[in-house]
Amino acid sequence: MQTKRAMILVSNDPESVRLGTNDLIQHLTEALTAYDLQDEVEISTLAGIGKSNILPLVVVYPEATIYGPVKPEDARYLVEEHLYKGRIATDLVSPPKQLSGNIGWLRAHKGYNPAEQRIVLERAGRIDPENIEEFIAENGYQALGKALSEMTPEQVIETIEKSGLQGRGGAGFPTGRKWKFVRMAKGEKKYIICNADESEPGTFKDRIVLEGDPHTILEAMAIAGYALGADEGYIYIRGEYGLAYRRLQHAIEQAEEYGFLGNNIFETGFNFHIHLHTGAGAYVCGEETALIESIEGKRGEPRARPPYPVTHGLWNKPTLVNNVETLANIPAIIRNGAEWYRSFGTPSSPGTKVYTIMGNVNFTGVIEVPMGITLREVINIYAKGMKPGSMLRLAQTGGSSGSIIPASLQDTPMDFESFRKAGVSLGSGALLICDQNTCIVDLVKVLLQFFRFESCGKCTPCRVGTQRAYEIVDRISQGQGKLEDLDVLASLAQEMERAANCGLGQTAGVPIRDMLKHFRTEVEAHIRLGACPTGVCAMTPEVEYV
Amino acid sequence: MVAPTIERDVSAIVQAAIEKHGAQRDALIPILSEVNRALGYIPAEAFQEIRKQLQASPEQINVSKGQLFGLASFYDMLSTKPRGRHVIKFCENAPCHVVGGKAVWDSLRDTLNLKNGETTPDKKWTLVTTSCLGLCSVGPVVLIDDDLYGNVSPEQIDDILARYE
Repeated sequence: MQTKRAMILVSNDPESVRLGTNDLIQHLTEALTAYDLQDEVEISTLAGIGKSNILPLVVVYPEATIYGPVKPEDARYLVEEHLYKGRIATDLVSPPKQLSGNIGWLRAHKGYNPAEQRIVLERAGRIDPENIEEFIAENGYQALGKALSEMTPEQVIETIEKSGLQGRGGAGFPTGRKWKFVRMAKGEKKYIICNADESEPGTFKDRIVLEGDPHTILEAMAIAGYALGADEGYIYIRGEYGLAYRRLQHAIEQAEEYGFLGNNIFETGFNFHIHLHTGAGAYVCGEETALIESIEGKRGEPRARPPYPVTHGLWNKPTLVNNVETLANIPAIIRNGAEWYRSFGTPSSPGTKVYTIMGNVNFTGVIEVPMGITLREVINIYAKGMKPGSMLRLAQTGGSSGSIIPASLQDTPMDFESFRKAGVSLGSGALLICDQNTCIVDLVKVLLQFFRFESCGKCTPCRVGTQRAYEIVDRISQGQGKLEDLDVLASLAQEMERAANCGLGQTAGVPIRDMLKHFRTEVEAHIRLGACPTGVCAMTPEVEYV
Repeated sequence: MVAPTIERDVSAIVQAAIEKHGAQRDALIPILSEVNRALGYIPAEAFQEIRKQLQASPEQINVSKGQLFGLASFYDMLSTKPRGRHVIKFCENAPCHVVGGKAVWDSLRDTLNLKNGETTPDKKWTLVTTSCLGLCSVGPVVLIDDDLYGNVSPEQIDDILARYE
């Protein structure tokens, strides 16, 4: 049997037939023949889709793109764009809000949620990540071409600045401003570094981009190189991401072969080379100065700042360090402009955010939605609700260094500004949803175990603070806690925040602070009653995770 | 007659690693990773060998054994002690923990009769905990050598371990 590469489904319910489905099928068949695609594409019909104002409807697989209404005279254009040139015929795509509940499942089948807005993950899962031609067919390297041929470096930076893009690694620093600092820094030699050392527990968004759409990172880095005056870039990828490493390596080779990387790109005289560098297992290397130390072949111990990497980075040269998700936004912004980007999200936090959902919910995985949606929406719509028998007790946002928030805060819009006001960290976008069987003491103990293990040991507040804090919480979980311990914990958290050298130590106290702020009664129950209200803690001395 | 063979092996492995990654300071971690991959750990003679070969290279890179040991002990994926034929890494972080990770860990410890970081007497298994592997949507996660297991339950441990020689 011959395999077809695509399938077209045309709605043929009575209403569609009245509006011309039969004519449409006739025209589609003729168009396929005209482009010699009749053997590669199958046409079939789709019945019973319910009432809709976008009939006749055409769904093209494997992309599961929904077009409608499609008139017979649109057939040739649709076939030419989607099936011959291989790109979505944008102006025929049915707007998401017009889709009735009945046809929402069509997209859901492809793993898309109806209300998702994909910019960062636009191509991930839709193209063959090992085939550069599929990337090019989906507007790949178009932004690089545009930047190099139509824009000055200043215009590129201005566009990024106007877009309002903020760093997606956790801190939310305005990307355009960072680029400007590096551009203005003195020195001939500059570096672009992509921080792909994604190690924040609960975060795997960058892995999805690197595995599913590696070229987009290369394109973004080359654009940054052009804008900032750098001819060399490094991708620092964590040692555990084997598949992502292999795909990047392959992508770099292909891009060099096609002339998107290397010397004299697009014959503009611009040169840009990218090196891949793997880590060897150290959470702290996600901190930008530790990452730089690690590339230089040293222990990944964060440097004292200032000076910042924008002036004194890799080999002491001005260096831009951007997270994978941040970079993945760049080509789309250059292609479509700052205004377009600002149409998503909230005025103070434009764009989308990729979240990773996990815990006691029905759907776990990755979603990309506009900034500013609430945790309640994420749980009920995207995570398809709590698991049967589970009730939301708390959520941890942003990984281990993020915040623990009680169910009562689930209606806070998730954007940088609202979260900052509520004293919550959006962090890396990890959303760990926990039900009533989660004990806060047990959870914080696990988090502190992580910090004491990953502390690099360079500065005392973090090296000693994380260890002592773990010992105290461990004691509480064994029924040996004292009320004074809580004051000691609070002061340890505060001292680490004030005195630690880097972000790891400064945020290691956050779980403690949130535990005492939102769940003090529960912690006191462990101490006063010698019992764990949730029944999770053993309340007897025992050896765990050692 | 065993020792000279190992020495030659180490020397050849180090030489290949330096050829692949270059005699540069920024190649130190990749070189150590390469040795670790080939031997399962980084023996003391490898530090000496790396130091010697880098010094003899045209670039004349000067690193001390202490510096190299400092790197090997800092990074979690590098080991300075021999490990078993198969290394089991168990993710101990919060996302795996809240979906039942502790029960899986207990099952691993009981089945193998090992504590964290130990190796079985027959040198078959080494059991260690690890930080997040980035597969949180399918927790609890166990990594054995290069094989990933997701949504692991305590009952599956026997079956999973039986797959390894």
